[in-house]
Amino acid sequence: MAEHIARHSPLGGFAARFAAATRGSGGAVRLAELPYPAQINVRLDPKGPAADAVRLALGIALPVEPNTAVRGGGLAALWLGPDEWLVVGPAGTAGDLESRLRGAVGAYHAAVTDVSAQRSTLLVSGPRSRDLLSHGIALDLHPRSFGAGRCAQTMLARAQVILTARDERGPGFWVLVRSSFAGYLAQWLLDASSEYTAPGYAAQGCSASQ
Amino acid sequence: MLLIPCPWCGPRDEAEFGYGGQAHVPYPEDPTALTDEEWARYLFFRNNPKGPHPERWCHAAGCRRWFNAVRNTATNEILAVYRVGEPRPVIV
Ligand SMILES: [Zn+2]
Repeated sequence: MAEHIARHSPLGGFAARFAAATRGSGGAVRLAELPYPAQINVRLDPKGPAADAVRLALGIALPVEPNTAVRGGGLAALWLGPDEWLVVGPAGTAGDLESRLRGAVGAYHAAVTDVSAQRSTLLVSGPRSRDLLSHGIALDLHPRSFGAGRCAQTMLARAQVILTARDERGPGFWVLVRSSFAGYLAQWLLDASSEYTAPGYAAQGCSASQ
Repeated sequence: MLLIPCPWCGPRDEAEFGYGGQAHVPYPEDPTALTDEEWARYLFFRNNPKGPHPERWCHAAGCRRWFNAVRNTATNEILAVYRVGEPRPVIV
């Protein structure tokens, strides 16, 4: 009988290679995993009473504008569809977040589902992060069309992802990818970042500015 | 490669979409009353115009919503997109 079941992230084995790529680029691209964020899928009518109840419970509103995200209080609500959102919170809070949401929607017509294990989360940041992602993504990632507060479900290197721009200063993105595709996408990102991590790249000053 | 404007997400690469065939094919009011030929017509017979054609598309890799599009089958130009439940726009 198993006494202890260790939890393994699909990207756990990539930490050293992510760190090496980050160092090799002189910080031009930074790759890291954000392990185990809480992810709750919420479906409800945005015009109904359940939407108000969720806003009061979370302290942030579920965004109604397509392809946008709302952040606050350590949470992010990502628009997935006209009646569907992904609420992302800190690691270890999935149970609590799910109960808060379930309590809020009560008997209203809504669905609250813990999908934390469905996707792995990558942080892609740094001055060259837009260029790196643009090798495999068809969206215009320029800040004027994909700045803070934007999110999108799209294909990155033929893998379906949820992409969202961070609110912090400087370019940076969360890439949420299905856990079964996470290893592939990590390999792809490391390969695509090779032009920014080549020996001498950082020394040439290519990573400066932008 | 087509650029298809999802009515929710805006213009996206064709690879993100699934094709659902001709739009506005109503399910028979009383399926059991149909003859075999009428049932076969409902299941298998579709228009094949050269020109504007209303079609169902699904933004499979994006918002996962079905919607309708009027596509010119000769030029691949998307003439209109509209959400499920919205009337078919008049194409002049
Ligand atoms: Zn869409």
